[in-house]
Formats: sequence, structure tokens, C-alpha cells
Amino acid sequence: MRTRRFSALAAALLTVVLAAGCSGSGSGSPENATGTAPAQSGPVKLTYWTWVPNMDKIVQKWNAANPDIQVTVSKQAGGDDAAAKFLTAAKAGNPPDLIQAEYQHLPSFVAAEAVADIAAQANQVRSEFSEGLWNLVTLGTDGVYGIPQDSGPMMLFYRADLFDKYGIEVPKTWDEYAEAARTVRKKDPKVYLGTFSSKDPGSFAGLAQQAGAQWWSISGDAWKVTVNDAATLKVAGYWGDLVREGVIDDMPYFTPEWNKALNDGTLLTWPSAVWAPGVLEANAPKAKGKWAVAPLPQWTAGENVSGFWGGSSTAVAAASPHKEQAVRFATWLNTDPEALELLVKEGAIYPAATKGQSVLTEAPGYFAQQKDFWQLANQVAATARGFTFGPNVNVTYDAFKNAFDKAVEAKSSFADAVNAMQEATVADMKKSGFQLAQ
Amino acid sequence: MSTGVLPARAAARHARPRLHPLRGAVPTAVLLLGAVYCLFPVTWVLIAATKTPGELFSTATLAIGSGLWSNIADLLAYRDGVFLLWLGNTVLYAGVGATLSAAVSALAGYALAKYRFPGRNLVFNLLIGGILVPAVVLAIPQYLLLSKAGLADTYWSVLLPQILSPYGIYLARIYAAAAVPDALVEAARIDGAGHGQIFFRVALPLMTPGLVTVFLFQFTAIWNNFLLPFIMLGDDRAFPLTVGLYTLLAAGANQPSLYNLILTGAMLSIIPLVALFLTMQRYWRTDLSRGAVKS
Repeated sequence: MRTRRFSALAAALLTVVLAAGCSGSGSGSPENATGTAPAQSGPVKLTYWTWVPNMDKIVQKWNAANPDIQVTVSKQAGGDDAAAKFLTAAKAGNPPDLIQAEYQHLPSFVAAEAVADIAAQANQVRSEFSEGLWNLVTLGTDGVYGIPQDSGPMMLFYRADLFDKYGIEVPKTWDEYAEAARTVRKKDPKVYLGTFSSKDPGSFAGLAQQAGAQWWSISGDAWKVTVNDAATLKVAGYWGDLVREGVIDDMPYFTPEWNKALNDGTLLTWPSAVWAPGVLEANAPKAKGKWAVAPLPQWTAGENVSGFWGGSSTAVAAASPHKEQAVRFATWLNTDPEALELLVKEGAIYPAATKGQSVLTEAPGYFAQQKDFWQLANQVAATARGFTFGPNVNVTYDAFKNAFDKAVEAKSSFADAVNAMQEATVADMKKSGFQLAQ
Repeated sequence: MSTGVLPARAAARHARPRLHPLRGAVPTAVLLLGAVYCLFPVTWVLIAATKTPGELFSTATLAIGSGLWSNIADLLAYRDGVFLLWLGNTVLYAGVGATLSAAVSALAGYALAKYRFPGRNLVFNLLIGGILVPAVVLAIPQYLLLSKAGLADTYWSVLLPQILSPYGIYLARIYAAAAVPDALVEAARIDGAGHGQIFFRVALPLMTPGLVTVFLFQFTAIWNNFLLPFIMLGDDRAFPLTVGLYTLLAAGANQPSLYNLILTGAMLSIIPLVALFLTMQRYWRTDLSRGAVKS
């Protein structure tokens, strides 16, 4: 979601892949029934596309301990482009053996028959993950298409020092958040409590998940698409009203002006995910120690739910001749205590495995004053709910950007923008030949 | 020019600057504007590359920062110096690719300009058509093709598609037609030179300025190419700078983009291009054949 600059490219790649037919012609998939390679001399060599920082160092541990299964890491550009590139490589018959697959892209990999069903081996580690995360790699079916690696439960990040200055309480509900937004504008017209980003569909999806949205579901052989369900319309209406009222800014995240606002204290909150400290530290180094974190405001007082923004799994390519070994590595990487510790310390990820979360004890340097950072994160993670992603999330996300860009520009109805997302999603799925339940 | 044939018009032509002394200022102003338009982004990169991560988004846009050396040190230390590997790859892709491309263009352009053979116009028209097809459109078919040949994700997959440059051949043909006089080729033939000898000893030296242009065009195009290597290469040890720096930008949702390293990398990667243009300029001499033929 940080890679929107090339989303047009990603879309172009995907279009070609889809145009090449969803037939899964099986070029270059010489595996036998069990997916194991015939006996051979020398170690099995696996390639692994990922963008987790320092993954080379983590894999070194595995390579040293497993001379017969050697993994080579190839660091890729992350996000939507990586997904498009993997799909193209899979179509051409030369994908890597292992791939970092974001949860929202996994269904498109499954639909293109690019990733293998690894249920037989993977079900052994099912208990290591929460039910919600496991559903993201099964898509609610009997298959398992990846091992969860990291997740992004959402929380509210806020400037503690400026909250004190303006005399605002940390909002517990979205109503309180809206009220606080108005208060801030009254006290200092240069300052906004928050901003609505029309360029980050992942963030919007997370907020919709918190409200209980279900954008896709599978019933039998057919997909059901409900991007414009009541929960999503509620979230869209809430932000749309605040933006129109002028109490919430409409500047997108991850832009230079957003970075500037974070630095000079004219933006007070960011509803974001557990990985936010890294972003804040890099983009707003001056505000170190001034930010704090709280659970997301709730829709109903007393409730305690959150959504996910980001997160990924490790999937095995359907065309890999060494699936069994690849799953062994993926399992080690995402469930072994030593590997989890490395993922946390070197890779700076929030691990999906429940026991990996206990490795996180010392608050991130940027939040040094908030000693309970990880306890809070772990509590929120347990209450975060995701939803099943569909096979064309890229289309839905592009529709989000187009429709919300326009809605923000014209100060028009956000509900219409959500309906546009629904229409674009359904139209694309029909065109691609998916069965749709009414 | 004004040898009395059309004295009135010649006089008017000379008089013009005197009548409108400011007329010369307009083109100059337009050119200056163009220069600012082209140079401002470069200046911005140069300045931004001097800023530490803390200064990047908090100081004035054109204020010079204090972090140039630490940025360079961080960039060179990033993933055990992978930047230098990417730089080496880019030099290889651009250097070898542009040399081969210039060689192919020279041969093809010379043949198209100086030989009469059936299908010559068809070949040339196909090439003109090739100029009209953007390379971006070809990238994915080329990827599928090279995958079939088992060459995807190798150095060849980036080199091969860029060797044949329709625009380069077109340029070489135009240049050969203008710079290599038929009389000279005929004289060489009468003196007993073979086809190869004529090309290497007579035509090639005359075509050098044109070929330098082809080389520079292609070198810059390969140096800046993003899409082809992005699609072709999976192995990050084979990435050129463009794709490599992009992995720093699109670092994934849970990682911040390493803006200061990207900017420093972008700044360092234009230095060789600037140096190349400055040193290659001296080959741009026209009219090499003056004195070889009297016509």
C-alpha cells in the first residue's frame, strides 16, 4: 500500500496475466503427485522473494543448520508490484519457490493457481496462530495457501504532548474522536486531529474490518461481494462528514506534506497499525518520545475490536519442484522460536505466531516512554478481526483510490465512492469469469 | 550570401536585429526557462541528498543539509554494499548494451543506406514501425519469450532486448546516407577494397559522430530503464540501480521508505551519466569527409 506510485504498472502486469487466461496451463510445473523432487545429488536449492529487511541474515541461520536445503533470498520491492511480478513469473513458468504474500493478494495467487495448497504439512502448525490470522491463509476453505508471517493490528497513535496542550482526552469512541477533531480546530485552526487518506485502501479496509465489514465471502462455488455493506458505509459516511465539515484533513499518508505535518505537530493522530513506530521514526525523527498509542476508538462504547492493516504470509509456488522442503523452511521461519526472535529483532516485523509476540518486551525506541507498548499491541492483536479477501483486491483498491480521490476533491458523498468500489469489483470478477452469488 | 543578387532582401535581413534589439532576448529567455525547467529537479536531488532523515521533511526545500557524507556512508553500508553491485550491474548493462547496440546500428544503418537490395524499403519501414512501438509495451512479451528460452532472470534477459534499437538503426542510416559519400565508397571499391574493408576502413570512421550519438542515446536509455529489468530479473544481485533503488522505496507496508538513501543513490547514479556526456562531447565533430571528395 506504500507503493501506489507504480500501481498502474501493477495493474498493467495483472491485466496481461489475466488476459493470458486463467487456465493455469501448467507450463513449467513438472512436479509429481506429492510435490517432492525425484532423488538427486547435492542440496536442494530454494529461491525466496521477500522484502523483509535483513532476511538474508535470518536465512543464514537456516542454511547453516540445513546443509541439504539451501535458501537464497532475493529482496524485492514490496507490496502490489511484488504480487504482480510473482503472478507474471508464475505464468511464464519460472516463479521463485517461496514468496512473501500479503494477505490481500493471496486469493489472487490462489485463483491463478500460482501457489500450492500445503494443507497436509501446514495444518500441523495451525495451533501456533490465532483463528483470525489462520483464516486469512485458508480463505475459509479446507486448503492452506501460506504460513502467516506478520500482521498489522490497528491502533490509534497520537501526540501525547499536544493532546495535553489542547486539553484533549484520548478518544474512546469514534464520536469522541469527532468531537476532539472539532475542539482542536477551534483551539488552533492550523492543526488537524487527523486526516483521511484517499490513497491508502489498506487503511480503509482495516477500519471497515473494525466496524464488522465483510467484503468477500465464498458460498459453495460462488463468491459473494459486499464491499458496500452497512458497516463499510457507516465508516465511509463518518469520515466523509468530518472531511466535508472541514475538521479532518484530506491529505494522503506517506506524502512529503504528511511527513511535514507529523514533524511540525500540525497532525495529532494516526489510526495505523502496529508497524507505525518504524514509519514515524523514519519520517518524524524530531517527535521522538512525544507519540503514544491507545486502542482504536470504538463504534459502540465498551466494545473492544480492531482491524488489520497489512501483514503477510509465506507461500509456496505451485510450480516449485521442492514443495515439501519449501514448506519445511516456511514453517521454521514463522514458528521456530529462534527464527521468530530474529524476525522481530532483525526484520522489525510484528510476528503472526502467538508465541512470537512474547519476544516483544522492550518498547520500540521511538515509544520508549510507553513501557506497555507491546502488551497493549498484543491485547489489540487478540481483538482484531479481518475478513476474507477476494481474488481481485487490486481492482477494488484501485477503485478506492479513484473514487475517494474524486470524492475528497469534490467534497461529494463517500457512500457513492464505496458503491463505485463495489461496482468495479463485481464487474471485474464477472469479466474474469468468477461465479458470483447474488 | 549577399553577393548582389538580392540586395534589398539581404539588407532587410541585416537590418532586422537593429529594428528589434529585444527580439534576440525572447529565444534566450525561452532557452533559459527550459534550462531551469530541466535543471531544477536535478538541483533538488543534489540538495535533498545532503539532508539527514531528520532534516529531509523539516527544513526548507532548498536549504542544504548536513548529512551528505553520512548518507553516502549509510548507502554504501546498506546490505553490505549492494549499491556498488547495482552500480556495477548498471555499468555492465548500459556499457555492453549500448556498445553492441551502436555496432548493430552501424552495420544495419550502413547497409540500408548504401546497398540496394530487394526488400530494403520493407525492412526500413518495419524499423520505422518499431520506433513507434514503445518499449514498455514489449517488456512483457519479451519476458514470456525469454522465459521460454530459459534466459529470464539472467544478465542476457536485460542485455538482449536492448541491443536492437530501431531508433539507433534509423539514425545510423540517416547519418550514413549523409556522411558517407557514394563517391568515396566507389573509389575504395576501385582501389580493390572488399565490403568489410570499405565498412571498417572508410565508412565507420566517417560515421563515428553519428554512432557516438546512438551510443549515448542507448546508454542513457538503458541506464534509466526500469520496467524491463524489473520484469526480467528476480535475483536482486543482478538488479541495476533503478530496480535496486526501487526496493528501498517500496520497502513494504510495515517499513518506512529509506528516502535519504534513495535520494543519495539517485544523485550518485547521475554522476557517471554527466561525466560520460562531458567526455563524449569531443567526438561530436561533423563534416569529417570534407576534403575527401571534391564535388
